[in-house]
Amino acid sequence: MNTEKNIKTLIVKKPLKLDCGKTIKDFPIAYETYGSLNSKKDNAILVFHALTGDQFVTGINPVTNKEGWWSYTVGPDKAIDTNKYFVICSNVIGGCMGSYGPSHKDPDHKIFGTNFPVITINDMVNAQYNLLDHFGIDKLFSITGGSMGGMQVLQFISNFPNKSKTVIPIATTSSHSAQNIAFNELGRQAITADSNWKDGNYTSNDTNPGKGLAVARMAAHITYLSKKGLQEKFGRKLQEREDLKFGFDADFQIESYLRYQGSVFVDRFDANSYLYITRAMDYFDLAKQFKGNLSGAFINTTAKFFIISFTSDWLYPTQENKDIVIALNSIGADVGFVEIESDKGHDSFLLDVPDFLSALKNFLDKSYEEN
Amino acid sequence: MKNEFQVIADLIEKDKKVLDVGCADGTLMKFLKDNKNINIRGLEISKEKVQECIAKGLTVIEGNAEKDLKQFPDKSFDYVVLSQTLQAFLNPELVLDELLRVGRKAIVTIPNFGYWKVRFHLLLKGTMPVTKTLPDEWYNTPNLHMCTIKDFFHFVKSKDIKIFKSLALNNLNSSIIKESNLGVKNLFADLGIFLIEK
Repeated sequence: MNTEKNIKTLIVKKPLKLDCGKTIKDFPIAYETYGSLNSKKDNAILVFHALTGDQFVTGINPVTNKEGWWSYTVGPDKAIDTNKYFVICSNVIGGCMGSYGPSHKDPDHKIFGTNFPVITINDMVNAQYNLLDHFGIDKLFSITGGSMGGMQVLQFISNFPNKSKTVIPIATTSSHSAQNIAFNELGRQAITADSNWKDGNYTSNDTNPGKGLAVARMAAHITYLSKKGLQEKFGRKLQEREDLKFGFDADFQIESYLRYQGSVFVDRFDANSYLYITRAMDYFDLAKQFKGNLSGAFINTTAKFFIISFTSDWLYPTQENKDIVIALNSIGADVGFVEIESDKGHDSFLLDVPDFLSALKNFLDKSYEEN
Repeated sequence: MKNEFQVIADLIEKDKKVLDVGCADGTLMKFLKDNKNINIRGLEISKEKVQECIAKGLTVIEGNAEKDLKQFPDKSFDYVVLSQTLQAFLNPELVLDELLRVGRKAIVTIPNFGYWKVRFHLLLKGTMPVTKTLPDEWYNTPNLHMCTIKDFFHFVKSKDIKIFKSLALNNLNSSIIKESNLGVKNLFADLGIFLIEK
């Protein structure tokens, strides 16, 4: 799965104590950068990826040979303009694009599988913080990300309140909801129910729980779209046939689409990583870290926040994003908020949604001018 | 920039923290930010206007004053501005209470229904008044609770709200409203501007 040759890696020597109590050290963080760091080192933006993303934000991902996950947003003259900004993104720990994760080997040279420590969003950002030292950046210009990326944004500024001038959480939450935990559990159950999973030791047997992982991806994919979007794109259209076939083959285009999404996902993603990362999302509850008061997470920062949600996102709905706005307002923080009209569901932040892209660009560029 | 905004800006000292409720495209916010070094925030219900504010580099929250003011702590702004919107709320009394809770002081402007042109319009034409400050027809106006300068003056007094300054605006001229000239100002001003505190 990992084509090592195209992956830049930082080996973190410093021990990192994880929330689960274990300590890791000498572990790899795989990263990619776009644009160039200016001499004042004040134009860096740290981008955090979502559940199935990776460090290859834009352009062609050299491992999958597909477009990077945020190609609409990041690039020359785009919303996050790489002519102007230095964009850094790293693969989360627990992931499968080169950063320390369950497909790596333990000190005894045995593949971790489910012996890899359970990681949290907090662990992810603490690991990624090492990139600032690596690039000699004292303060980032911005941190941003959608979905799980947004959770990392919130955790990062809470842990390192003086390390970013602006903070842009997108389509996210400060506390994973019961519904979202439920969907993640559905995905995990699909993986672990696959007989090829073998308690997570599949890699050594060279067989993958691909079917289970594909089902997990199909279920999750539905949650990223909206009912209206699905209806408009697929409706009841049939897949390369004139009529129903009275069987269980993919009669409908939506079935075929989901099956395709499931199958291509299996080629690029590790099933154990899916377990670990969804677990980290489920454990995320920033308010709980501050005795139930979310404002406590932001009390020490003077950063300028800009929060963005989407009308048709029912996975991380506007209200959950607004809860973050409310927590910030209640301590007089500098916070802007906009809900973007879109029928593309949670995936809106990854797609060509002009109002979203212009709001993001305007916020960044105007804030940078004031720098 | 319209004269109303100039008058509002003159009421606010430099370096203050201000919330503009219903900030529209951010014209007043931008002026206060650029000319008086005001730490300015906006609350605006229209997505389009919010985008315009962001394009101007202004900090604005998309939201509804009737629901979203409650998230701001007591006295968290030096001034809260509400320009010509009070009459459009379902519950203007509640909004006014919220403005005075969130701001140390509030600046509220109201289109005056007692303005002579408005009165004449109804008296002579017998149809709902349409003027420069009340440009909409009866069937599409957002205004639910029209009032006169006199109404608002009595209303705030009855609520024990302190009036620091009240100004009558007619085109480019602004003048002080007092108890003694209330009747005249109520006839000749098309806009009332009130600086109040609770």
